[in-house]
Amino acid sequence: MVTARRNAWVPHAVLIAGLMVVLFPIYVALVAASHALPDILEAPMTLVPGSRLAANFAEALSAGTAKTSGEPVTAMLLNSLVMALAIAAGKIAISLPSAYAVVFFRFPLRRLCFWAIFVTLMLPVEVRIIPTYKIVADLALIDTYGGLTLPLIASATATLLFRQFFLTIPDELVEAAKIDGAGPWRFLVDTVIPLSRTNIAALFVILFIYGWNQYLWPLLITNSPSMTTIVIGIRQMIGNGDTQTEWHIVMATALLAILPPVIVVLLMQRWFVRGLVEAEK
Amino acid sequence: MERRVVFSGWVCPVVLLSPQLAVTIVFFFWPAGQAVLQSVRGGDAFGLATRFVGAENFAALAADPDYLAAFAITAFFSLAVALLALAPGLLLAVMADRVVRGAAFYKTVLLLPYAIAPAIAGVLWMFLFNPSIGVLAAALRAGGIDWNYLLDGNQAMLLVILAAAWKEISYNFLFFLAGLQAIPLSLLEASAIDGASPRRRFWTIVFPLLAPTSFFLLVVNIVYAFFDTFGVIHNVTQGGPAKATEILVYKVWYDGIVGLDLGSSAAQSVVLMAIVITLTAIQFRFIERRVHYA
Repeated sequence: MVTARRNAWVPHAVLIAGLMVVLFPIYVALVAASHALPDILEAPMTLVPGSRLAANFAEALSAGTAKTSGEPVTAMLLNSLVMALAIAAGKIAISLPSAYAVVFFRFPLRRLCFWAIFVTLMLPVEVRIIPTYKIVADLALIDTYGGLTLPLIASATATLLFRQFFLTIPDELVEAAKIDGAGPWRFLVDTVIPLSRTNIAALFVILFIYGWNQYLWPLLITNSPSMTTIVIGIRQMIGNGDTQTEWHIVMATALLAILPPVIVVLLMQRWFVRGLVEAEK
Repeated sequence: MERRVVFSGWVCPVVLLSPQLAVTIVFFFWPAGQAVLQSVRGGDAFGLATRFVGAENFAALAADPDYLAAFAITAFFSLAVALLALAPGLLLAVMADRVVRGAAFYKTVLLLPYAIAPAIAGVLWMFLFNPSIGVLAAALRAGGIDWNYLLDGNQAMLLVILAAAWKEISYNFLFFLAGLQAIPLSLLEASAIDGASPRRRFWTIVFPLLAPTSFFLLVVNIVYAFFDTFGVIHNVTQGGPAKATEILVYKVWYDGIVGLDLGSSAAQSVVLMAIVITLTAIQFRFIERRVHYA
């Protein structure tokens, strides 16, 4: 072992300082979400947790704040969940078959198809905002889950990752399948998809977080309060001077917005870390 | 790289490819083409028809001091976010690579901000630095600093940089840690036998071997700061005060959706596309090189 053991406390000290920086904003949000509003407004705010955490969470979930036109956070959470699941499942569902087609077949225009998918890496929704908005409006998809998710579903990243993995599947497996009389569909369903389980799990976590955390697109495409996602809804809860912001509810909502993606990351950490580092290569 | 053994036929691959190609054409190529077309058109005085104006929209952008200012602001913001997210990420990764006890715990906690939306990170930091009730704002004021990011452009910039960088430390930490763990132990042992101190080992062996990872992360972080931080700006400062934090993506959105200047917004979109294409090309060129290294 080459590392000097003399200063073994230094890494721990640095890491603990790092943890504190990372956790401090979340801790303060937790404290604020556990107090009544007057306790927060009394500057400087206390850093000792209060006793109203459950009550504030319940109020956020069932009623929200007066300023979000009384839209309860439960409805926003549901919208976010639908959006994140549809984006994650949709991206996997269309990119796995397309990667399979590009890797396991030879057909005219194959390279062109691959490049057409590949260059979408270079067109994030942020750079084609208004024309995409117009198309979604023409298709009458404003304020629908379809409009919220379809334009975000094409994913070069997922296709590239599947392609990379498919290239490592041994030729012998394909030959064996052919000898057994299995066609391309059988091979896809019986061999390739089961082999891809780990990759699918890793991608699911990354894409779920991507979908859940979307901001600009839902902001454009949803007008009706009943379609608001939680990441957007929180902005509407913060007042602009006329009325007092109900910070205890806002912070409870922020924690509720953080919780689902954090749980997904924690539960699937092993796959997710490997998938992330591989996906970006 | 190609496969040797493949299936024959073309109906099957076409069926398999069509969903992705359909989405790609309808929601990527069509709007991107529209943006390019729109960028060379302008409305007449009544807003009833559009006509071809050539490079007028681009010329107007190049002459618009607000746009040039937004460019400078974006460049500063992106570099600051990238550096402020990379340095702590590297430091924490080096430290996490050294500890044995508690390594899994540190890693898990440091990973958490990755899951948090930039917009939510903005709300959390805005609350900490709220001029009237923020905990850190109160601390700054106690320290004699007149803190009000709603009025002071530099303070507003600092706040959005902190919020955007905080969230990205996790990502960099993860990649640096993976990079560190890929360095062969034998190299470090050899140099330790030659008498190199830990500090010297870091700067002469570890750091150069991490250079490809660092460069990759620099590009990724700049792309993140360019495009994914819209939520931070929109939540915390709305581009203000007095446009001090108006980054390019925010301006495209504001001019197009709020200002309804479609020609200018489309021209700005085209400029942004050019920037993403350049950054992606740099990244991929470089990744090819990295493959040769390994």
